[in-house]
Amino acid sequence: MNQLLATGRKLLGPSREYESRIDREQSPARMLLVPILSVMAGSMATSTLPLVAGSPLLPPFGLLILLAWRLMRPGMWPAWIGLPLGLFDDLYNGQPFGSSALVWSLCMIAIELLDLRGVWRDYMRDWLIASVLIMLALLAGLGISGLAQPAPEVRIILPQIVVSILFYPLAVRLCARLDGWRLAT
Amino acid sequence: MAPPRHRRPGFSRRAQYSLFVTYLLAIAGAIVGGVLLLISIADPTGFAALRAGAAEVTAPVARGFHALRRSIADIGENTSAYFDAASQNAELKRQVAANRTKLIEADALRAENAQLKTLLNLQKELGDQVVTTGNLVSSTASSSRRIAILSAGSNAGVAVGYPVRAARGLIGRVIETSPNTAKVLLLSDAENVIPVIRVPDGLPALASGLGDGTILIRPVDLGINNFKRGQLVATSGSGGLYPPNIPFATIVRKTSDGALARPIASPASSEHVMVLRPYQEAAKKVLDETLKALPESGADE
Repeated sequence: MNQLLATGRKLLGPSREYESRIDREQSPARMLLVPILSVMAGSMATSTLPLVAGSPLLPPFGLLILLAWRLMRPGMWPAWIGLPLGLFDDLYNGQPFGSSALVWSLCMIAIELLDLRGVWRDYMRDWLIASVLIMLALLAGLGISGLAQPAPEVRIILPQIVVSILFYPLAVRLCARLDGWRLAT
Repeated sequence: MAPPRHRRPGFSRRAQYSLFVTYLLAIAGAIVGGVLLLISIADPTGFAALRAGAAEVTAPVARGFHALRRSIADIGENTSAYFDAASQNAELKRQVAANRTKLIEADALRAENAQLKTLLNLQKELGDQVVTTGNLVSSTASSSRRIAILSAGSNAGVAVGYPVRAARGLIGRVIETSPNTAKVLLLSDAENVIPVIRVPDGLPALASGLGDGTILIRPVDLGINNFKRGQLVATSGSGGLYPPNIPFATIVRKTSDGALARPIASPASSEHVMVLRPYQEAAKKVLDETLKALPESGADE
């Protein structure tokens, strides 16, 4: 096993074995940009993945990653982060422009209000909060698109809601990995 | 996870104000989003350029997946359908059941039609031998006797001892009559002993019911027992009750002293039956007529 790892390291090129292990500086750019870029990548994923679904099915990856970061690292972002990221998401989500900006901002405010309660939270409670927010966000998205054009029935997005809620833990895992990488020195 | 501590940034006015401004900005962001939303609803093409530019970024990647995309294109419908699979299933089952009933009804009508047509033809052929036609309306299903109820009775000329046949073959004979019904002793009743012949070669035998829907065929010449499965047996006409050559039964299995047979005309499947005159009566009538036509021959003897 160790031999295998050593071979892998050789193949991957020079590692940091010969650098100092103490008093390293973490990269500020990576620390700040990784969460934001990951949310943007999530927003773009929905229009990149090879799916032309007849009904909405894919979870809103951008929103999932946003919620994962926000619930995992409270205080990392200012509360207004929902606006710029939501605007970027609006470029890709196919909803009327501004819907994600509105919904994501409201999500961020809702989590701020929940944080005011100041109770201890665990993973399951984060998942619960995220589930409720995802569900409300998707329903709001349906309602908003219903303002602009005739909207399908609510029944249509039930699978999407379920899939999205089930995808949240995956988003948390991904964000935790990225978090470890972004804070590594 | 402990509650976050950034809620109280300490005594620094600057920190407190900046946190407050953050909240204000968040609310303002929501308002901005709402305004943008209203604009885009009022003018759906307003942000089209922005979106088109964004789509250009992801389009090449998405285009690369084209082949894969086709194969999973309708995954959404499939998943949606999964959610009302139960109700759809129930609905389809109900439809299938209704259709099956209709199909069976249609089949039954077709079979009945064929039966009636055959009966009509038979009635033409048999002419005055036929007393009447009727339906087998019920039978003694719970009794060990195999007796069916015929819907025609003495009012229609049915009398005790008259043979009853269906289009396909012999059913039995009348044992009781009432004005509008008659009881028919079926072939499979143990009491019903009928002289028969094996069809191709005329081997004489006696048939008696076993009470369970099958008939025991015993050859008259004991010692010759070469019945084979599938052979046909018909009435012989001896005894004078049943007319000859009415299809009777098919051999199912050879036994030690004969064979087991199953009636060709199952009472269960033949509703429409004919009541015939006893064969001997008809024969006697023919004989009488012959004798009448040749009065001298009797005088000569």
